[in-house]
Amino acid sequence: MLLKRLGWALFTILFVVILNFFLFRILPGDPARQGIRDPRLSLETINAIRVRFGLDKPVINCFETLNPIKIGSCGVNPLDTQFFIYVGNLLKGDMGTSFYYNRPVEEVLGERLWNTILLIGAGQILAILLGVIFGLFAAWKVRTALDYTALISGLVAWSLPTFWLAIILLFWGTNMGLPIGGKATPGMSSYPFMDQLGDLFQHLFLPTLAYTIIYMGEYMLIMRSSLLDVLAEDYIMAAKAKGLSTFQILKDHALKNSMLPLVTIIAINLGFTVAGVIQIETVFSWPGLGGAIFESVGRKDYPLLQGAFLLIAICVILANLIADLTYSYLDPRVQVD
Amino acid sequence: MSQEYFLEVRGLKKYFEADRASLFSREPRFVHAVDDVSFNLNRGEVIALVGESGCGKSTLSLLLMGLEDPTAGSIMFDGRDITHLNDHERKSLRRKIQMVFQDPYESLNPTQTIEEIINEPLLVHGIAKDKKERSGRVIKAMEDAGLKPAEVYLNRFPHELSGGQRQRVVIAAALVLEPEILLADEPVSMLDVSIRAEIINLLAELRITRQIAVIFITHDLGSVGFFADRVAVMYLGRIVEIGAVLEILESPQHPYTKALLSVIPVPNPRLRHERIILQGETPNPIDLPTGCRFHPRCPLAMDACTSNDPPFITLSKTHQAACLLLK
Repeated sequence: MLLKRLGWALFTILFVVILNFFLFRILPGDPARQGIRDPRLSLETINAIRVRFGLDKPVINCFETLNPIKIGSCGVNPLDTQFFIYVGNLLKGDMGTSFYYNRPVEEVLGERLWNTILLIGAGQILAILLGVIFGLFAAWKVRTALDYTALISGLVAWSLPTFWLAIILLFWGTNMGLPIGGKATPGMSSYPFMDQLGDLFQHLFLPTLAYTIIYMGEYMLIMRSSLLDVLAEDYIMAAKAKGLSTFQILKDHALKNSMLPLVTIIAINLGFTVAGVIQIETVFSWPGLGGAIFESVGRKDYPLLQGAFLLIAICVILANLIADLTYSYLDPRVQVD
Repeated sequence: MSQEYFLEVRGLKKYFEADRASLFSREPRFVHAVDDVSFNLNRGEVIALVGESGCGKSTLSLLLMGLEDPTAGSIMFDGRDITHLNDHERKSLRRKIQMVFQDPYESLNPTQTIEEIINEPLLVHGIAKDKKERSGRVIKAMEDAGLKPAEVYLNRFPHELSGGQRQRVVIAAALVLEPEILLADEPVSMLDVSIRAEIINLLAELRITRQIAVIFITHDLGSVGFFADRVAVMYLGRIVEIGAVLEILESPQHPYTKALLSVIPVPNPRLRHERIILQGETPNPIDLPTGCRFHPRCPLAMDACTSNDPPFITLSKTHQAACLLLK
């Protein structure tokens, strides 16, 4: 029933589009009033700016604006209201114009989304790999010094405030001579490709490290406890009686079954990860989506925020969809419907 | 004693460390799970180990499988000491002794198909390198275990089968290695009553067709008369009475065996007989009673029972019981 799942995902996205649109219409401020605070601005200019961003049109039938609420005519052509123009443009891939950058939102977000995906991707993959490996060792050597070390450091890593860890790493990175901000050294673009790549890795190192530490602890603890549960199952004893070695039992029976809770957690995390990544991107000035959100809040750049929120929602919905499908692959008892 | 048994268990003990008597005592206390158990098993023989929950039946089965290390005692199999083995020797022995676990809902990996589950022992032991030969053996084992036609079940997952079918899968996975001893740890206690008879019939059949010796662990004396050759009754980690099935069922000598037998429901209501209901709970296996370990609950206990641990009294060539009343 993959189609049904996809249908629900699309429905959720549609819901987010509508909610997102009205959310930013209820908030106060428009570029003419908040973006450019120049008392010499003439009424004509203000109106021209409003026309430029389409803010002169009614939000939707019967409403002139939502903040302050001004009841307008209900007889407007619906296609000439902000909402339907927005939806229409969105279908064409046009997410509006940023108040601050004065550039198409999709262009600004496009660059930044890839930077965030690079950071989250590298961080999550490392965190999952290391978390699973350490969790496996901790569960295997349960109630030994190794297990307790892993347990305590996992708990500590999990509970560290993200921004605090990032700042500590920032200081450490300065001492180590690592680049501590941005994505590339200025002027790097004239160097050969391999040098640029090396430069990118250097810049990626600290934010990825911070991200990995935060998530690895969580994954390790969950992997450990879930593996301990599985190892206590009768079918592990049965496998031992069949003659499987410890390694074979871990590989063929325990790992797959104990990965199930982890898949759920990872999917949920991919949703919440944006919050964590805002802090990391801000501390390390990483030009990603999180940084863009942080900056745009101060600038009241509503179209950009609206676009970023939509992108994040789509990412979360996709991550959940993938998690559902992975789950049904890992556990035949779960059927996608 | 020159007679060589197929499986010979001598003075087997397993103590688990429990707790300390008090905060200041140094000596840890032990759970006497299996305490000095001895018995023999002949090739192709079925022995039933009977006893209530917590009497050490399951620990005994884990010891025999080498899944737990015994504290003391020895296990001889086919003339060879198998009490302590290294991993390599243990693995080759596992082909000969296989186990059917109690709960078919727990003992099958939910992410494997039936074919993978039954095929796995062959892969692990490197039996039948040829894929075709392997699948032939898998199908043979499944049909012997009563999963017919086998093809229907091959690609199913455990959760798609009923409890009885699952237990047949467990049995097939044990049979596929063609073991010489099958250890069945309460194989029917988790199943519906209607299915129990089928599974017991199946085990009885296998014993005839494949000449497998079966150690059948159960708490239900009613089902053992059906196919066991001999019965051993366990109480608190020790065998209190052992004998041929008719001797145990028709002339039990130990008061505990009598009590167990008296509560088996009899189909004919006119044959109502007196039931011996044991008083009290099973004593704590950490603090064992002095003397005979059954005396606190024994309806026939005498003064001597509190101080003397009864030795085994031989009643016939096959029948032995440990009770001071037997002289």
